[in-house]
Amino acid sequence: MRYIPHTAEDRAAMLAALGMSDTLSLFDDIPAAARMGRPLRVPGPLTEMELQAAMRRDAAKNRSVEDLVCFLGGQFYDRFIPAAVGALAGRGEFATSYTPYQPELSQGTLGVIYEFQSMMVGLTGLAAAQASMYDGASAVAEAALLAMDATHRLTIVMDRAVFPESRQVAVTYVTARGGRVVVPAPDQSLDELLASLVETPAAVVVQQPDVLGRVRDLRPLAAWAHERGALAIAAADPVALALIEPPGRMGFDVVVGEGQPLGSGLQYGGPTFGFFCVQDALVRRLPGRVVGATHDGSHKRGYVLTLQAREQHIRRERATSNICSNHSLNALQATIYLALLGPEGLREVARLSTAKAHYVVDRLTALPGFRRMAPEAPYLYEVALRVPGSVADLNRHLLDRGILGGWDMGRWDRAWAGGWQLAVTEQRTRAELDQLVEAVAAWR
Amino acid sequence: MAVGTDGQQADRTPLIYDRSHPGRRGVRLPAPDVPALDEAALLGPALARTTPLGLPEVAENDVVRHYTALSQMNYGVDTGFYPLGSCTMKYNPKVNEWVAALPGFQRIHPLQPESTVPGLLELLASMESILGEISGMDAVTLQPAAGAQGEFTGVLLMRALIRARGEERHTLIIPDSAHGTNPATAAMAGYGVAVVPSNVRGGVDLAALRGLVNGDTAGLMLTNPNTLGLFEDEILEIADVVHSAGGLLYYDGANANAILGEVRPGDMGFDVVHLNLHKTFSTPHGGGGPGSGPVGVKAVLEPFLPGPRLQRAPSGALSWDDNRPQSIGKVRSYYGNVGIVLRALAYILSHGPDGLREVAHTAVLNANYLRARLADRYPTRYDRSVMHEFVLTLASQKERGASALDVAKRLIDYGVYPPTVYFPLVVKEALMVEPTETESKETLDRFADALAAIDQEIDASPEALKTAPHHTPVGRLDEAEAARHPNIRWSAGGGPPESTGP
Repeated sequence: MRYIPHTAEDRAAMLAALGMSDTLSLFDDIPAAARMGRPLRVPGPLTEMELQAAMRRDAAKNRSVEDLVCFLGGQFYDRFIPAAVGALAGRGEFATSYTPYQPELSQGTLGVIYEFQSMMVGLTGLAAAQASMYDGASAVAEAALLAMDATHRLTIVMDRAVFPESRQVAVTYVTARGGRVVVPAPDQSLDELLASLVETPAAVVVQQPDVLGRVRDLRPLAAWAHERGALAIAAADPVALALIEPPGRMGFDVVVGEGQPLGSGLQYGGPTFGFFCVQDALVRRLPGRVVGATHDGSHKRGYVLTLQAREQHIRRERATSNICSNHSLNALQATIYLALLGPEGLREVARLSTAKAHYVVDRLTALPGFRRMAPEAPYLYEVALRVPGSVADLNRHLLDRGILGGWDMGRWDRAWAGGWQLAVTEQRTRAELDQLVEAVAAWR
Repeated sequence: MAVGTDGQQADRTPLIYDRSHPGRRGVRLPAPDVPALDEAALLGPALARTTPLGLPEVAENDVVRHYTALSQMNYGVDTGFYPLGSCTMKYNPKVNEWVAALPGFQRIHPLQPESTVPGLLELLASMESILGEISGMDAVTLQPAAGAQGEFTGVLLMRALIRARGEERHTLIIPDSAHGTNPATAAMAGYGVAVVPSNVRGGVDLAALRGLVNGDTAGLMLTNPNTLGLFEDEILEIADVVHSAGGLLYYDGANANAILGEVRPGDMGFDVVHLNLHKTFSTPHGGGGPGSGPVGVKAVLEPFLPGPRLQRAPSGALSWDDNRPQSIGKVRSYYGNVGIVLRALAYILSHGPDGLREVAHTAVLNANYLRARLADRYPTRYDRSVMHEFVLTLASQKERGASALDVAKRLIDYGVYPPTVYFPLVVKEALMVEPTETESKETLDRFADALAAIDQEIDASPEALKTAPHHTPVGRLDEAEAARHPNIRWSAGGGPPESTGP
């Protein structure tokens, strides 16, 4: 095999050192009744040339956002990624290392995580961040578990307008721990649910901006939660945080979110990363890795994994989470992305996306039967529209014209049947926006 | 530390913030081609951001130099030998990165209609069946993002089946040598943990296991070969004990590199298995992820798998089926770490059936050869042939004044990444070595020579160990200080960050 360096002579010499004639005898501990006794039925082997040809063929069967005009969102966005992100994050010293257990050989990874934590703290307006989660959805779920542990309560109130992927994952995690997730009924607002609540929840969880596109003043909700000893948790889009006052500055205790917009490719949903930030009092309840600054014997500054007494490899069944590997490489991509953009660049990404979204939505809602589902609150670059007719039919019509239309929200939640969720990024040109409006106008 | 710091102060690992200069930018975006919006007017004073973003302001050249410098303070498999036990740090083929980066795989939105991604769905379906064949399981989900999330998924599947049988069971049995994720996973799923001790041969103590199982036993979580690198040769009896009590068997696939093509968890009696694609199937570890932790199950558990599942229409077309009434629910958004799955698939296709078996045979040969080379100075606690890794006990070195940590730090001076230290917990002064199949005999010999030289240094020049490492950007760091006074984010001025509580 091409990745195994041994020659026949190497093998013979190594076996001779062991006093053996073949490697099969090294497997003698395996009971005969359990042995495979036949070759694996898997395809291959392929040479690299054959593999590249086969994979190129399979990739060519897919239509990417390079040849379709993408208006899909749902926490994953067709955002611009500068070339330097891949060039630097792809360096083997970063990509082929592992969890920085030996800090002297891992100052690169550790320094990056310290920067990443600092940047996430800046974006969310909170006091502390950890090294990354798998994705935004599991970050929401772990935030709910943190609240259950911190309050010794079992109920999580979650707004219906939290992105469905996150809601579903949170339900899995919370019920596994013996808790329950309460969501407003389709015709009920979050405020109405809170007013009708009998028990005191561990936390209230909202999305900012939410799945309908609404940006809301979250201060009253934080106050409501704190009056009852509950935590206020927000899932936020990191690019939106460039323009809106962060939940951490609106009194929220935990801010989590999906990190894909910060320099991770779409890759059909993964790998990506989640961010997880908390206020000071919750630092020792964080899940996963945390990096801290310290110094060596000659007072030179360096970075180490810290507060490890929370983690599974030390605390075992008393750990705050079972998470071990996180999504460090994606966090590295985000750190480089944010360094390249800086505060003004990130604001510009959000501003451009917002201006383009408003341009196209103003034109779409001038068409008969198209209207915003939640006109009571401002929106940025992602918004839910009600369309006159079948969303599936509209999207088929658009796909025939090379456009990936907005998401059919009824497929997420029947409460939103007839809803069409549109996302516009800085990459969409005016010509593409006009193309969408024209194609929609020609529908039926 | 003179390399690549670009004249930055050398008394600390530089931060991107140190290079920040107001007004610099690394990226410029096109001028707006639509009317500009006033976001302050759009959002109003209550919603518009007033808090600074706290991001550095640097040029692209600054960014490239800074992260290049940081990368040079890092050590990966691409740098050199990385025998970190239990982590399977094998070589990561470059063509797999090329595959995952193809625009037809990389630039696909997870909400695209299935009709636009038939090539990708075929590969995912193919990977499900390949992993099923390799693990001896009937159905596979690719959704879990990592091994630990695979464990969590697997434990919930076990509970779902037990409940479907009309039972409630509250305890998972876990060996004392297990990975920390096993008990942490059990607790996350609300299970109590009963610890089964190791026997004198380093395996599960069968008699103790018999005494532990009862009507409350949901199952046993087991790694085989275990974390000592030993194959549980009583696995069929172990499976029988657990199954007879009505429990299920969970296979932690962290060590599956040792068994490819020789034995399968499904044939050993396991009901659920997770595989770490970043270990066995060689996707880059990324400085701590992303990994991928697909879960395979026996047919009886299939209805409970996380949705959506791939389904094939009579026409042959694949689509996602979300109508899964018995499912445990989703564990991750969308379909998992697709980019990692593609790399692992490319790795498997490169090897084929004989190649995968050769991987296991060579990994096991390398471990046994290296163990034999070290045996006169560094014994293993159990005198048995090992699988893909082994655990040295440095108890005698400790008596002579050098801890496992000292030896590990001194190894850095010899140019290798140290093995895992102080794990598993059942071995005193443990040094856990996993060479993998991609390392040559010369590399193994050099490593053995280095450890032999260090052993002599313990008596001849003990200071060399105590003050190691000597050529790294920083020396041994004060971890106690880091935990006592957490400084976990940058702040202007460099002092401990001020509190920014709400």
